[in-house]
Amino acid sequence: MTIDFAAFVGQASSPIRNEVEKGAIRRFAQALGDTNPLYWNEDYARSMGYKSVVAPPTFSRTFDYGTIADFALPQEGLIHGDQSFTYYAPIVAGDVLYCSTQLLQVKERKGRLGRMVFLVLEQSVKDEQGNLRLQEQTTVIYTAP
Amino acid sequence: MMEKYTVGQTLGPLVKPPVTKIQLVRYAGASGDFNPIHTVDEFAVAAGLGGVIAHGMLTMGFVGQLLTDTMGPQGKMESFSVRFKEMVHPGDVITCQGRVTHREDVASGQRVDCEVWAIQQEGKQVVTGKAIFFVPHSSLQNEQRSS
Repeated sequence: MTIDFAAFVGQASSPIRNEVEKGAIRRFAQALGDTNPLYWNEDYARSMGYKSVVAPPTFSRTFDYGTIADFALPQEGLIHGDQSFTYYAPIVAGDVLYCSTQLLQVKERKGRLGRMVFLVLEQSVKDEQGNLRLQEQTTVIYTAP
Repeated sequence: MMEKYTVGQTLGPLVKPPVTKIQLVRYAGASGDFNPIHTVDEFAVAAGLGGVIAHGMLTMGFVGQLLTDTMGPQGKMESFSVRFKEMVHPGDVITCQGRVTHREDVASGQRVDCEVWAIQQEGKQVVTGKAIFFVPHSSLQNEQRSS
């Protein structure tokens, strides 16, 4: 069965409320093996001008961005092609953020491995005041059998 | 004492300890990415990968550490992007490096553009990318945190 990804271009999820927790930041830093005290020591982070421990640059991948209605990526045959982040303000523990995702673009190509579909998704992270704090773009490549 | 960043200056290397399967389980839990190709050998073998492979975002996280170690605690990341080029397997030793490609002096500090990459133990590039960060003058005068 061919999945018609193109039909979902422009569609977005409803924003999901995410609370940034200290423990989640520490577990993430631990998985990376990163001992930066900004992630571990709240007093140190405060002394550097942050309200609490700081999220590492790729931490926003842990957020729940909701789902685009009726759109589901297959679990198999997906390759993470590229990933970008644009930062507007640091994310720290205690932040309450609203996260959503949108399918920006679908491109199809016939490759060595058969049909390849390039899906570009954009994730937006806003704070309670509605200010954009961070945006991500993710390209996933789906190789159809 | 950290002097101003200069074009051509190298960043790193940050040499990470070998990637372990436990680390992939930890990363799965911490990130919420439970795709079994990263944690279940039988599944990864059936998918033709020969065994579990690291999350691409784990490697990007390593490169993120290179950047945050470089810019110090008051540095602010503005953008960071990578392309994933090769799979990373348990046991691989990832080395992250970079190079300053552009520097802009502004009233409050320096904006630094750089290219970044990570290689595995055979020298094969696993990710390549670029980043822009800002370092305030106050931080440039202080000692930088080294990796």
